[in-house]
Amino acid sequence: MSGREEGALHAPAHASHGVRGHGHDQPYTPVFAGERRRQLDELLTRYPTKMAALLPALWMVQETHGWVSEPAMAEVAELLELTPAYVKGVVTFYTMYHQHPVGRHFIQVCTTSPCGACGAEDVARAFLKHTGCGELGVTSADGKFTVIEVECLGACGFATPVMINDEFLESVAPESVPQILASLK
Amino acid sequence: MGYPHKSHPRETTVLSKHFGDPEARSLAGWRQRGGYRALEQALGMGPADIVNVVKESGLRGRGGAGFPTGMKWSFMKPGDGKPHYLCCNADESEPGTFKDREIMRWTPHALIEGCAIGAHAIGAETAYIYIRGEFTEPIKVMEQAVQEAYRDGILGKNAMGTGKRVDVHVHRGAGAYICGEETALMNSLEGRRGNPRIKPPFPAVAGLFGQPTTINNVETLAAVPHILTNGAEWYTGMSLSSPKSTGTKLFSVCGNIRKPGNYEIVMGFPFKDFLYDLCGGPLPGRRFKAIIPGGSSVPIQTLEEAEATMMDYEGFVAQGTMLGSGGVIVFDDSQCMVKQIARLSRFYAHESCAQCTQCREGTAWTTRILERIEVGEGTMEDLDTLLDIAENMTGKTICVLSDSCATPVVSGIQKWRHEFEAHITQKRCPMRTAVAA
Repeated sequence: MSGREEGALHAPAHASHGVRGHGHDQPYTPVFAGERRRQLDELLTRYPTKMAALLPALWMVQETHGWVSEPAMAEVAELLELTPAYVKGVVTFYTMYHQHPVGRHFIQVCTTSPCGACGAEDVARAFLKHTGCGELGVTSADGKFTVIEVECLGACGFATPVMINDEFLESVAPESVPQILASLK
Repeated sequence: MGYPHKSHPRETTVLSKHFGDPEARSLAGWRQRGGYRALEQALGMGPADIVNVVKESGLRGRGGAGFPTGMKWSFMKPGDGKPHYLCCNADESEPGTFKDREIMRWTPHALIEGCAIGAHAIGAETAYIYIRGEFTEPIKVMEQAVQEAYRDGILGKNAMGTGKRVDVHVHRGAGAYICGEETALMNSLEGRRGNPRIKPPFPAVAGLFGQPTTINNVETLAAVPHILTNGAEWYTGMSLSSPKSTGTKLFSVCGNIRKPGNYEIVMGFPFKDFLYDLCGGPLPGRRFKAIIPGGSSVPIQTLEEAEATMMDYEGFVAQGTMLGSGGVIVFDDSQCMVKQIARLSRFYAHESCAQCTQCREGTAWTTRILERIEVGEGTMEDLDTLLDIAENMTGKTICVLSDSCATPVVSGIQKWRHEFEAHITQKRCPMRTAVAA
């Protein structure tokens, strides 16, 4: 078993997943048409190989669909002249690419030692309680929230840092969690 | 959000002078503060002359290893007919470290200028700034600044009108601590899994895209324009203890301390004054217990060791640890060392790329044993097993992530053995209150 399986980051097998973008069973809409295709072509000029545009291309997929599905991996593979299996190998290495749909608000609470020593676990518990998720990695029944623990967000002097989608919050305390959640649509 | 404190009178602000000043972010604001004069000067110099100034300044890598920057640059041979690359390591992920984030958030043009000078000095036309994926705000700020620099002709095929080509691109990571390791970063930038590569070949021979490459930390590159502007002697003059450590250094401070944040001091500053005077000392009613001075991968110091330390590369080594990335993590007497070390170990287990057996298995075993001890289910034999595993995880793998996991375990058991033993004999965490238990 890989070290990556340790810890509490991964969703349990029974986790229900929200439906941001297309779900597992919905038809796939290609990402790289029109403006996105133009952006990818511009990106390709920055590198001597097509493969180097893989991480940025996967980011564009996730920004469009909310997660990176297998059809999306196949689309990226074809454009960059890679195999879908290779792309999947890369996707699964990095923790930030979602391999399943997640809640509309994806909440990452840093609980690594420096933040842990400042009460980060209580912040994570407060998010689990007030979102109704109950368990790390599980999406709330309304598809609105997913809460995970994340390893060091690199803002240790501002414990506890929390990321909600692309929004980076500093110095979050358990008491401020209800207000933060209320501000999310 | 913002820079949490005004600079302390005993700080020496070179890199952090404009932290918290939003106007320094724009190109116009940066120019008003003296920006891009060093690049203009550098583009008029030969690469070897720039390398010499940096060599003479004594600047050493600020990412962790402390390798002399000028020497690293001198390994690159301009004119060898191959494309050269500069990588800027902005994958700041070492627990306790958050200085590069502030450099990028507040002074993006300082980094672009450092990258452009560095690229010219090593004969590269392209520099990539690889920023960890979670740094959404620094990425946005850096991308805007790069666009501004292109629009203004600072970057591009005719950089500052000199006819020289300098391209700088921001590349976003996707969540992997290991990509801060230099060869893993290169693999990741190439669109691969972020597995570290076996060395040799070293990056200066075969790095990014198989070509000669130099990789420097954000703070290192951001210091370069100041060195060119003010001269190498100005930089070597900033040294309070060992002459082998020069200039200023940003230290990030976090954990159980009154005033966490970033502080910039001259190399060799007394650690005791730093902790109590600059950072305000412990929280009310608490005492410092343990200090990790250079990011989570360096040996943990006792308070006595920390108080005797001079803050430079040599000073930290003399007190049994390392300067590392300058991420100071403070634990006070309310913290259980077993719990903290177990949590650090879990971090490494999660972040192991899993290509070397010693690391993949060792980080996971270590975590399981430590977590078992923490909940009161450990045995005295476990302590020997942990040290045995640690020995087999040290110096035996492609990169040092494995060593980094072993380091706090070994120093923790050596210095706080009584806490481990108390968990084992009392079959519970002695620091946990009756209610929590």
